[in-house]
Amino acid sequence: MRERLVCATEAQTLALGVALGSDAFAGMVVCLNGPLGAGKTVLTRGLARGLGLSGTISSPTYQLVAIYEGGRLPLWHADLYRLPEGADLQDLALDHAMEGVLVVEWAERSPEELPSEHLWVDLEILSHGRALTFQARGRHYHATVERLGDLRR
Amino acid sequence: MRVLGIETSCDETAAAIVGPDGIESDVVHTQEVHARFGGVVPELASRAHVEKLGVVVRAALEQAGGAPPDAVAATAGPGLIGAVLVGLSWGKALAAGWAVPFVGVHHLEGHLLSALLEPSAPDFPFLGLVVSGGHTTLYLARGLGDYQVLAQTVDDAAGEAFDKSARLLGLGYPGGPRIDALAAHGDPRAVSFPRPAPGGLDWSFSGLKTAVRTHVLSSSRASDEDVCASFQAAVVDCLLDRVQRAAEQTGVRRVALCGGVAANRELRERAAALPKLQVYLPARSRCTDNAAMIAGAGRLRLLRGERHDLDGVARPSWGLA
Repeated sequence: MRERLVCATEAQTLALGVALGSDAFAGMVVCLNGPLGAGKTVLTRGLARGLGLSGTISSPTYQLVAIYEGGRLPLWHADLYRLPEGADLQDLALDHAMEGVLVVEWAERSPEELPSEHLWVDLEILSHGRALTFQARGRHYHATVERLGDLRR
Repeated sequence: MRVLGIETSCDETAAAIVGPDGIESDVVHTQEVHARFGGVVPELASRAHVEKLGVVVRAALEQAGGAPPDAVAATAGPGLIGAVLVGLSWGKALAAGWAVPFVGVHHLEGHLLSALLEPSAPDFPFLGLVVSGGHTTLYLARGLGDYQVLAQTVDDAAGEAFDKSARLLGLGYPGGPRIDALAAHGDPRAVSFPRPAPGGLDWSFSGLKTAVRTHVLSSSRASDEDVCASFQAAVVDCLLDRVQRAAEQTGVRRVALCGGVAANRELRERAAALPKLQVYLPARSRCTDNAAMIAGAGRLRLLRGERHDLDGVARPSWGLA
């Protein structure tokens, strides 16, 4: 199950994130992949809004993990950008995120360290806008991807 | 009161002694293990802190004359939980062994109050700009523990923009010092980079990184020196614009800069030249993570009578204000 959506503006990427956050469930894992500036943090900010979080969602590159509480579900926002490929993620304590929503930027750096069932998102930079491809890995994510596809129709 | 400070919340393993006459010792071990990988390795970071902290603490004690301190302060957060726990547990164990008081210190309070360790220190209230790889926040510091956030980044930290732009330019890691060095030989007007204002006094640096990417891929790419000079000028313009506006809004004219980006040559020069403001700059070596700032902030809290139980926990996401 896969859907590719084109966002002409940052506001559209944000809105897609809001839809994703409104649809989020406890234990949801979202893996974001794409070059610098593709909109990974923007999509996460939208997801946070969809969870009902109103504060600032900044890049977690240096902290590695940021935890936001106060929304419908807690949001764990991780970033593997500074880690070497295949790094052991044990010290990030991401297993504690399972009662909330876990978003992992640069997930491609350590995919085997992450839960095998997840929503995999590839973000591409186009000459005008961004293309986001959502892939359901695990049956829990089929409905999510289907509903994202409905947004285009 | 002489206080031993311990800092292990990120890549540096550090210990220092601060007493009534200031800094008696200040030992920092930077983890080379990370340079090899081009980034931080959480599990290796915790292990390296465990391996180095004993040596670092002993060096800090010896350089300060060898006598045990009157109290211990350690960073209790925010940061990687495994890394924070190493220093916090060491600090508590030492305090228990010496039977002296202990306090856990907020890492950012350490940075914010680092200006107070300098020979010429600001009085409260002052504006404190904490600008590093992980943070870009302007605080109004009214007194010890009384802080208000006046501005913060809505996306990337300024230091992160430096590192990621350096990566886009192929300059390697860490990017800040390399951009700073090249910028000295470039024209800051060569490339017109954006100076976003996302609202209020807040900053946004994410779009600047994307603008660097767009420029690098364009057919009219300027020299690295010119790109670095133009990029750095845009970051410094944004930082100092908010500082000046905050000073006007609050009427507070004393400004302290701290955090890794406060070591940037252009930021220091232009901040020092701001009209009508008294600008306090920590020594460049004390802009990055160190334990003197933890000992200093902990000492102020201890002098006020604060004591923390030895069963206090690490706080990986701890807000300061």
